[in-house]
Amino acid sequence: MRLYDLAHARAGDKGDISDISVIAYDLDHFEHLRRHLTADRVRIYFGEMVRGAIDRYEMPALGALKFVLHEALGGGVTRSLSLDSHGKTLSYSLLDLDLPDLPDDTETLS
Amino acid sequence: MRTIRIGAGAGFADDRIEPAVDLAVRGRLDYLVFECLAERTIALAQLEKRRDPAGGWNEWLDERFDAVLEPAVRSGTRIVTNMGAANPLGAARRVAGLAARKGLSDLRVAAVTGDDVLAIIRGSDLSLLERPGTLSSLGEIISANAYLGMDALLDALASDADVIIAGRIADPSLFLAPLVHEFGWRPDDWPLLGAGTAVGHLLECAGQLTGGYFADPGKKNVPDLGRLGFPLAEVDENGSFVVTKLPNTGGQLTVATVTEQLLYEVHDPARYVTPDVIADFSRVRLEQVGADRVAVSGVGGAERPADLKVSVGYVDSFVAEGQISYAGPNALARARLALDIVRERVTGAHLPILETRYDLIGVDAVYRGLLVPSNPEPSEVRARVAVRTGDLASARQVAREVASLWLNGPAGGGGVTRSATEDVAIVSVFLPRREVSVNTAVLGTREGALA
Repeated sequence: MRLYDLAHARAGDKGDISDISVIAYDLDHFEHLRRHLTADRVRIYFGEMVRGAIDRYEMPALGALKFVLHEALGGGVTRSLSLDSHGKTLSYSLLDLDLPDLPDDTETLS
Repeated sequence: MRTIRIGAGAGFADDRIEPAVDLAVRGRLDYLVFECLAERTIALAQLEKRRDPAGGWNEWLDERFDAVLEPAVRSGTRIVTNMGAANPLGAARRVAGLAARKGLSDLRVAAVTGDDVLAIIRGSDLSLLERPGTLSSLGEIISANAYLGMDALLDALASDADVIIAGRIADPSLFLAPLVHEFGWRPDDWPLLGAGTAVGHLLECAGQLTGGYFADPGKKNVPDLGRLGFPLAEVDENGSFVVTKLPNTGGQLTVATVTEQLLYEVHDPARYVTPDVIADFSRVRLEQVGADRVAVSGVGGAERPADLKVSVGYVDSFVAEGQISYAGPNALARARLALDIVRERVTGAHLPILETRYDLIGVDAVYRGLLVPSNPEPSEVRARVAVRTGDLASARQVAREVASLWLNGPAGGGGVTRSATEDVAIVSVFLPRREVSVNTAVLGTREGALA
C-alpha cells in the first residue's frame, strides 16, 4: 500500500530546510506509520535530494510524524533555481512512498 | 471569563481581500490582523523604497484598507498589520490620508518602527546562521530587519490607535500582542505566551486553517473553496481558545485542517521558537466542539531566546529563466533536444555561470531530476532553463538563447517565456535585543499623505 492510503501531508520551508508533516487519517494507523515510516526510510526514498540530516518527531496524540529535512531545497527559497523552490510539492511526493500492508488486526480505510 | 475575538485578514502579501471584509462586517471582532510578509518580501520592498522613498509597503495596502477600513471602524475592530514592510511610517500616512478622504476624521493610525537594523549591522562581522561565513562575505546588502516580538506592539496597543502598522514583526507576535494587551498576561508567563503564540501560529496563514491548501478531490474534499472564509479565534483569559470561521462561508475547519496548520513549519513541535517564547505544541489537544469549531488546549511554553533573529537581504547574483512547450507525438524527445541545444549554446558562450538547471516540466522539474519518473510519455511537456550568473548581461544572453528556440530549435515549440533578473537572497544573523529600539508614532488624519 501507499502512504497516501493512510495519511495526509503538508510541507513548509525555512531556508534550505524542508519541513513535512505526515498525519494519519485514523489514529489506529499511527503505530504502523511510526514503525515503517522511519527517518532512514525517508532518506532512502528522497535519495540525493536531501543532502543533510533528517530529524523525525512523533506526535502520537495527533497521529502525526514530523520530518525535518536539512539541505533539502537546493539552497532554499531565496537561493534556488528549482521550479518549486519552497519544496511544497515534496508533501505529495512523500505520500507516494510504498508501505507494508497493515497487519491483519487493523482495518484499512478503503 | 473575558473572551477576545481575533481574526485573520490575510496570510500572505497577495492574499484575497473579500474574506477580510466579511470578517470586518460580520465577525464581531476585537482585532483583525493582516500578516503580509514572507522571508524575502521586505528585501524586495526595500528595493522598491530605493526607487520611491515614499513607497516600500505592501502593494495591496490601498485596496485592502479601502475595502476594510469603514466596516472595521463601524464594528469597533482594531487592525494590526505588518503591511508597512520597508516603510511603516509611509504606510501609516497613506492610510491616514485614505481615512480623511473617507470622512473617518477621528481615525488614529500608529506606525511601529525599529525593525530596520541595517545601520546597526552594516560593517559588523556577525556570523551567518545558514552557512559558514560572516556578513562581510556578502555582496551588496539591501536590507536587515529584526524579527520583533509582541512587546514591540504594546505601546501602540496602549495608545488610541485604531490601526497599527508595523514592518517585520514575527508572524505569531502580531496576534499574541493584542492578547497580552487585553488580558495583561505577564511577559514571562511562558505557558500563556505559548498559548497566544499557538493562536497566532494557527491564524497567521489565514485560509490555510479553514480548508485552503488542504483539498484533494475524492480524498480530502473541501466544500465551496471558491468562497473560502478566513478563520478567527475566540480566546479566553486563561489561554484556552476555539478556532472557527463565519457561517455561510466556504471551506471547513476540522481537527485535520488544524493539525496540518499546527505542525506547519514548526520543526521541533516541542520547541517552536519566536521572539516572545519557545512554544511547546507537543502535548496539544484538539477537539471538534461544533461545526467548523475546534477547541485547542495543552500548549506549553519556555523562556524566550536571548537574541533577535535578523533577516538580511543581499544581491546574490542574477538569474535567467526561460520556458517553451512541446506537445503531441514525441514531445518529450523534442523537449530534451531543446534543452541540449540551449546547454550547448550557453556553454559555448563562456559566460560567468554559477549554477544551471535544465528541467522538463511535467516530467522531472519539481523534483530537480532526482526522483525517477514512473509515468508514461506525457502528452505535453515544457522545457525549462534556469541559470545563475555573475552579471545581468550574461543572464539576458541566456534568456535570449531560450527565446531563440522559436526559430532555431526543435519542431513545434510554443509559449516561450523568459526573464533575466537580479536575485535577492536572504541570510540570517542573531542580534542582541539591546541593540534594537522600537518607536511608535500615532498619526491623525490631518497628518495623512495627500496623495
